[in-house]
Amino acid sequence: MTDTPSGRAGGAMVEFDRVGLRYGPDAEILADISFNLQPGSFYFLTGASGAGKTSLLKMLYLAQRPSRGLVRLFGEDLVSMPRHRLPGFRRRIGVVFQDFRLIPHLSARDNIALPLRIAGVSEEDLSGPVGEMLSWIGLGDRANAFPPTLSGGEQQRVAIARAVIARPQLLVADEPTGNVDPEMAMRLLGLFEALNRLGTTVVVATHDIHLISRIDNAQMMRLEKGRLADPTGALRYPPANRV
Amino acid sequence: MIIPRVPVQHRRLLPDRRLSGPTPWVIAILMMLTLLAAGAGIGLARAANNIGDAIAGRVTVQIVTANPVTRAEQAAELRRRASAAPYVRGARQVGQDELLATLGQWLGSAGGDDPVLRSLPLPALVDIDFVGGERAGQLAQLRALVAQTAPGARVIPHAEWLGPVAQLIRSLAWVAAGMVLLMTLASAAVVIMTARAALGTHYATIEMLHLIGATDRQITRLFQRRIAIDTAYGIALGSVVAAAIMLLIGWQWSGVTSGLAATASLGPAGWALLLALPLLAIALAALTARLTLLAALKKIL
Repeated sequence: MTDTPSGRAGGAMVEFDRVGLRYGPDAEILADISFNLQPGSFYFLTGASGAGKTSLLKMLYLAQRPSRGLVRLFGEDLVSMPRHRLPGFRRRIGVVFQDFRLIPHLSARDNIALPLRIAGVSEEDLSGPVGEMLSWIGLGDRANAFPPTLSGGEQQRVAIARAVIARPQLLVADEPTGNVDPEMAMRLLGLFEALNRLGTTVVVATHDIHLISRIDNAQMMRLEKGRLADPTGALRYPPANRV
Repeated sequence: MIIPRVPVQHRRLLPDRRLSGPTPWVIAILMMLTLLAAGAGIGLARAANNIGDAIAGRVTVQIVTANPVTRAEQAAELRRRASAAPYVRGARQVGQDELLATLGQWLGSAGGDDPVLRSLPLPALVDIDFVGGERAGQLAQLRALVAQTAPGARVIPHAEWLGPVAQLIRSLAWVAAGMVLLMTLASAAVVIMTARAALGTHYATIEMLHLIGATDRQITRLFQRRIAIDTAYGIALGSVVAAAIMLLIGWQWSGVTSGLAATASLGPAGWALLLALPLLAIALAALTARLTLLAALKKIL
């Protein structure tokens, strides 16, 4: 096999090669997905509801192993990787969930600080970044509020702050602006863009076509009925890596 | 470490409320029954051992010579010669008053002062304790001595009639040990169910922690600590109640000074084992919780 993405992807951060995913005995919900994500790039993932966006993202943030195919992340094969090595990889990935998944009995501050605490950062060292992040998302005065008392937009901002606080190498966001007003959506997108400029690879699943047009040089990935539309082959063989 | 150390900030990852409402109470009941069964088992085992030690080397020689003067002389001679024998640790002639008192309890005259009782032709009894060693040979030597000094006397090894009682007590001790084992298994089952229920209740939190890079060890320590604390409360409560019951029984037992009952006691080693049981139970609960949690977490990617 001479034209596999893994063989030509160079320093791709994420490589999917003919990946398929099925739950139980049902038909595959994702089939023959092949693409490479380059370090420091910005991607939008679009597609109709039920096209498989969330399933694809779950494989990206290591909540799901594929049923077939090859997945490499940060240069390592994740399909055969033992479980005990996964936490180290997950700490390099930030995730913004569509349903936020904040821990309800932790304050906004503690939810945001969670990735740093899990990584073993001392309380002394994390208080500054967490405070700055709270101010940046406009929740400095609600640091001690618990998620059930926050609005949907506020919860979304806390979820995003939690995803980016540890400066991940890969940021995966599932409809991150779905619950915020246009102004906050632009601010959040600006944050993603800033992180991207600092070298973070960003993948944003969204329906918002206006959002896509706001980021220069962003690439679009479109899922249609469980298959990735890549008519030019740019996703599978990124121009920068073509021989 | 029975209860693992977890940073205060990490402890908040689990809500403050107890993990499993009735768990401490169920553990308390099981712990109380375990301690009572263990106490009974230890007491019975010690009693059986005491009886065994006492009867293994003791015989009673029953001299039934018709002439009371000859009978008394034979008993005194036997006691004197037996005491001098190298295989005998001690020989004692049972006094007439002691015999009458014992018989009086059976014949309805506890004081032993019944004239009818005093008119009975009672045998002379000599209790002989062997030194440690080979019993059959010692018994043969004693029988030879008895044949010389008191022809026609009966030699009665105590093991013949008290042995089955000791065996019964030993069996009861084993039953108690079996109950301790079963209740320990039941306690472990309660901890396993509690751990699984806790994982189910907090699944969303666990999944979130996994996705941001928490290791199984980090998550397990959180739950293990909480379950160990919950069970420690139950174990402490059960231990206090069991101790109160045992002290009450001990106080009542102290009034029983006769017969086999007087041989039952816990002894320092028994008390030490009973005191160690709660700590062992907490350690077992923590270990069971840890293994259960790790096994369950392995099923999650």
